[in-house]
Amino acid sequence: MNRLTHLFSKKQEDLLNIYFTAGYPNLEDTGTLVLALEKAGVDLIEVGIPYSDPLADGPTIQESGQIALKNGMNLALLLKQISIVRQNTEIPLILMGYFNQVMQYGVERFVQDSVKAGVDGVILPDLPLYEYEQFYRSIFEEAGLQISFLMTPQTSPERIRKIDQLTSGFIYMVSSSAITGGKKDISEQQLAYFDRISNMQLSHPRLIGFGISNHETFATACKYANGAIIGSAFIRALAGSENIEQTCLQFVKMIKEEEQCLNFKENKSGLI
Amino acid sequence: MNHIAVDERGYYGEFGGAFIPEMLYPNVEELKNCYLDIMHDPDFEREFRSLLKDYVGRPSPLYLAERLSEHFKTNIYLKREDLNHTGAHKINNTIGQILLAKRLGKQRIIAETGAGQHGVATATVCALMGIECIVYMGVVDIKRQAPNVARMKMLGAEVRPATSGSQTLKDATNEAIRDWINNPEDTHYIIGSVVGPHPYPDMVARFQSVISEEMKWQLEEHTGKQSPDLIIACVGGGSNAAGAYYHYLNEKNVRLIAVEAAGLGVHSGESAATSVLGTKGIIHGSRTLLMQTPDGQIIEPYSISAGLDYPGIGPLHAHLISSGRAEAVSVTDEEALKAGFFLAKKEGIIPALESAHAFSALHKIDYRREDVIVVCLSGRGDKDLETYIRYLEGGVPADSLGSAETI
Repeated sequence: MNRLTHLFSKKQEDLLNIYFTAGYPNLEDTGTLVLALEKAGVDLIEVGIPYSDPLADGPTIQESGQIALKNGMNLALLLKQISIVRQNTEIPLILMGYFNQVMQYGVERFVQDSVKAGVDGVILPDLPLYEYEQFYRSIFEEAGLQISFLMTPQTSPERIRKIDQLTSGFIYMVSSSAITGGKKDISEQQLAYFDRISNMQLSHPRLIGFGISNHETFATACKYANGAIIGSAFIRALAGSENIEQTCLQFVKMIKEEEQCLNFKENKSGLI
Repeated sequence: MNHIAVDERGYYGEFGGAFIPEMLYPNVEELKNCYLDIMHDPDFEREFRSLLKDYVGRPSPLYLAERLSEHFKTNIYLKREDLNHTGAHKINNTIGQILLAKRLGKQRIIAETGAGQHGVATATVCALMGIECIVYMGVVDIKRQAPNVARMKMLGAEVRPATSGSQTLKDATNEAIRDWINNPEDTHYIIGSVVGPHPYPDMVARFQSVISEEMKWQLEEHTGKQSPDLIIACVGGGSNAAGAYYHYLNEKNVRLIAVEAAGLGVHSGESAATSVLGTKGIIHGSRTLLMQTPDGQIIEPYSISAGLDYPGIGPLHAHLISSGRAEAVSVTDEEALKAGFFLAKKEGIIPALESAHAFSALHKIDYRREDVIVVCLSGRGDKDLETYIRYLEGGVPADSLGSAETI
């Protein structure tokens, strides 16, 4: 069974998905990060394929991508790293990237090599629903590689139904009209949006991403969806980390428990 | 040759489409659903035409360049887009888009700019309409295009430095797109060329198509025929070329010459000749030809002309060149500079470096004595004077630049 399907069958609440950019901070950190995040209690992991022009991402993720590219990361190497760490873990792994990278690698080859390496799902924010349905859906479905589509506060109800129909893993609920790494608080307006989507009774689990950065925003997201995705805040925690395992442990504790969050903040500010 | 036009999914052949994150979908969809209705509305049409006439100064002249024709032993006409208000063809598009943005109820305009010409044209129409204007410009370009930065500020625009990536046009475009994602309701993004997700390439081509619309009756006055034998235009993203080709796309007897910037040489590693160096991929929401690594990382291009310094090419041009409808020609920095000096000496016109590339193509293509050739003189060279002077002082004798033998 696909590891994502398996995860969602046994856990539907408080799912924590942490994103990191492959090749950041160092080229060979992928395996270490995956195992450390799993040990810290993360439910699923989103691995970013670094890209020169990441349109949907804010400065934190773009900068981590530039460093990763300088370090020499590329898709072929990343798949090799994943296939190695996959021998030691069953945690669901999702690849996030931009469609041009997949086009250049070859869509079919990408799908097959990803499954072979032990990838369970992908997020390709600039692959349009129409293109996917017309040209690529059968390739993904035959190989058993799941795909998550994004929805935003502006997405129409009809389109949300379409997204629910074409998504095969979880739906990626963008919390607000923003790029990644944005605002800190969740507004009333956002809560109304979360509520509206909850009431639609969609058939796929929903994870809320963009702007989730601490215990409070994580807890709120979990109240309205099956879990949340944290990216930029984790990348910021990784910057300057001396011990990746320790950073992962502290970061996940901070997200899951409020007291730890304060300790972590104090520790952080103590360093500065 | 089939009829050349964008299909309902926004494709020219296999190029085009709208590869955008979901966050942009409502905005782009709204534009896609509205742009043709708005453009065909008689009120819109009237306002657009009247501003082009009284504010921009259209029609731009079609001028028979006799001394140039004599030198090249053919018949060369210049389409004088350099005489438009703000000094280039860019304003045809910004006038159209600002009127469209008003009808969509948008109160805030964003734009990207490389050399600053599109930024100035956008700042100009925003001042004219009293609408807030934010122009994204790479930090590197801000430094090398100081006069245009000053012009934009004087016109009331805010110039926001794009600090990400390579800090040039492609990154300014990324930043503008990100701004649009963050401000999905009140903002319209005025893209400056025939690039980006559908409907931008088609919409911008339609606004620029006034160039070839005028060429038709102007050529008839001059030559008795509406169609030339060749049209030569420079192509970065390709908006002036799209406008100059537009009404001749389906006349296969009219040869279309697309002149790309070869920088220090097509294969020097410092070039922007996308049709030669590019492969199929996605840039700024469009499936087209672009310069990229085998992994799909976008490569920073190079040209002495900031307006041609773009790693992609509009999907219309990718289609025209791939299908053989248009012929691509590459011109180096030095060839363009020489052509700029030559035009200045022969005709008393200092062309923008972008347009200078188009003139240099006259050395590289076949034509007959009796041919009628239109060169799109897309902009004036004031903004490039410093570069021209630097070249002049770089030890190249001024006289040799003006003489026929050295070009």
